[in-house]
Amino acid sequence: MAQDRNHSLAYVRTEMVQEQPAPINAKGPVAWLRQNLFATIPDTLFTIFALLLLVYIIPPMFRFLIADAIWTGDNREACIVPGAGACWAFVDAKFAQFMYGRYPFEERWRVDLTGILLVAGVIPLAMPSVPYKKWNAIFVLIIFPILAFILLTGKLGLEPVQTSLWGGLLVTLVVAIVGIVVSFPFGIFLALGRRSNMPIIKMLSIIFIEFWRGVPLITVLFMSSVMLPFFLPDGVSFDKLLRALVGVTLFASAYMAEVIRGGLQAIPKGQYEAGDAMALTFWQSTRLIILPQALTLVIPGIVNTFIGLFKDTTLVLIIGIFDLLGIVQLNFTDANWASSKTPATGLIFAAIIYFIFCFGMSRYSMYMERRLDTGHKS
Amino acid sequence: MKTKIFTGMLASAALALSASTASAATLDDVKAKGFVQCGVSTGLAGFSAPDDAGEWSGIDVEYCRGIAAAVFGDPTKVKFTALTAKERFTALQSGEIDVLSRNTTWTMSRDTQLGLNFAGVNYYDGQGFMVRKALGLNSALELSGASVCVQTGTTTELNLTDYFKANNMEYKPVVFEKLEEVNAAYAANRCDVYTTDASGLYSIRLTLEDPDAHTVLPEIISKEPLGPVVRQGDDQWFNIAKWTHNAMVNAEELGLTSENVDLEKDSDNPNIKRLLGAEGDFGESIGLSADWAYNIIKTVGNYGEVFDRTVGAGSPLKIERGTNALWSDGGLQYAPPVR
Repeated sequence: MAQDRNHSLAYVRTEMVQEQPAPINAKGPVAWLRQNLFATIPDTLFTIFALLLLVYIIPPMFRFLIADAIWTGDNREACIVPGAGACWAFVDAKFAQFMYGRYPFEERWRVDLTGILLVAGVIPLAMPSVPYKKWNAIFVLIIFPILAFILLTGKLGLEPVQTSLWGGLLVTLVVAIVGIVVSFPFGIFLALGRRSNMPIIKMLSIIFIEFWRGVPLITVLFMSSVMLPFFLPDGVSFDKLLRALVGVTLFASAYMAEVIRGGLQAIPKGQYEAGDAMALTFWQSTRLIILPQALTLVIPGIVNTFIGLFKDTTLVLIIGIFDLLGIVQLNFTDANWASSKTPATGLIFAAIIYFIFCFGMSRYSMYMERRLDTGHKS
Repeated sequence: MKTKIFTGMLASAALALSASTASAATLDDVKAKGFVQCGVSTGLAGFSAPDDAGEWSGIDVEYCRGIAAAVFGDPTKVKFTALTAKERFTALQSGEIDVLSRNTTWTMSRDTQLGLNFAGVNYYDGQGFMVRKALGLNSALELSGASVCVQTGTTTELNLTDYFKANNMEYKPVVFEKLEEVNAAYAANRCDVYTTDASGLYSIRLTLEDPDAHTVLPEIISKEPLGPVVRQGDDQWFNIAKWTHNAMVNAEELGLTSENVDLEKDSDNPNIKRLLGAEGDFGESIGLSADWAYNIIKTVGNYGEVFDRTVGAGSPLKIERGTNALWSDGGLQYAPPVR
């Protein structure tokens, strides 16, 4: 019997077969290509189409932006040579202006210092592993704005610098950051106000939100700069930048309020009732139970509003404030640099800067979402 | 129509306002604060544009420096406010700026209805034509049958129609909503001729692929006198604004430049003596020092020098003096004598 079995199992190998690589059509680059790019006939067509498009676009882009680009030069003569690509010499000559506007040269260290303080405050605040969050937040939200105000406008013995001299990225960041930082708490209060049971607060919140959402930002800015001076008594004039800041902030608050209200509505009634059962006051339950949940739910919406606001800051251009895009466009009118390539180069430069900031905000929000697991994926 | 209503609104608001600002002495205010607040455009090549250091430069800007030199003897005592076309009159009426030097066309309605005064013409602009040199044209009268790129809904378009009709010529309009589109169409050779204000043609020419292949024809078919503006009701400041420009024009006529004005100070020519303050009390009579005109010429230059370095042969724009030449050279720049 045993022999019999041995005999019938004679084909069983006594040693392992050498491990073989997976078939070429199941693993490796070829398989990847087949699965992802050439799986079906439509896929193949799309792939070929996309490749052709890239071949069509990338080499000319590379030539324009890098190979044929003019990197150095003192004026337009450098960039009007036949066959020249992007006129980076223009950006090089105007770079300081794009960053600071017409901020006085010898006072620019103040802008730099403000920027360094901002980065030094925000980076540790943004990293969850760094301790002392409370002190950090106090620095960023209370001490830093005061310092920035003193440094940028020139108080306490510093040389005063009019806001009409500010420009470039400085103005873009001032408008965007003030808008973001102020509109966020405003938005929270407006959202809570709109859901309140107190009729007057509710009505005022609704009127505010619907009014500011109902008018275009461009109208708000335009009214503030053209019509407002007529309504003010003689000699009373608000700073132009301040007017723009107030307009942008109120506008952003209304949008922020609606985003946050979306989050509040997603919180089940049981959460409120749980707060009441614990004998928490309205503010306690809002602060400890409702808002932490509501805000994390609407991170994408909040960041969306922030990014939109960041890009909307370019509208201050129409009231004669030169933000980054404004000062880039303003410099197109400098006859010393006028050429057929100057506008394209300047706009590409502005686009890169805007992209860096917006993409940065977007990535950070994704990181926070993953960390807080708001997608409930795990 | 909309703009008319808007202008009307501005005008009535301005009238209400001018009653209260009329008596204010701008010169005293300016002296008290220590600088002239000057409204310029938000970027126009040759008129007011930033240089590499971010300082404003251009013919409108130089005029403001001239006023500062007349009042303070120092052309740097001026601050600039960049204004859009819609903001400009409001800013002047509300007292936000002391003088508006922003390529503003002098028209009757603006002069009479807005509570403003035009202080002179520092640039005679007008609609012109740009063509490719390869066409071999020398005059706009040879343009019959041409296709013309023009921005729609502007007075430019109306002037164009009138001009061709008056000269019994045919043309094919190629119209666009936006200036950028017109530029692109002309650059892409979709039309033979580009028409807009001549100063605009020169700056657009710089942005073309090969600027030297294009030329601006000599004919000017409309009147666009551009000049500085002040508030109505302050005659002293109005005089200073007028005579700042006049002094620069007179200086060119008398051959005074920023370089030779020091030598000419001892000149025996009575015209020069009066202008530079060696004779008479012309400076005092408008509330300034005796050497007001000397300061303008020394620090800013005469009209010809300013024209040359901002828009003329010394600048990339290379605009011909043409109608902006002195009257003695066949142009329109003419200043009353100082006497």
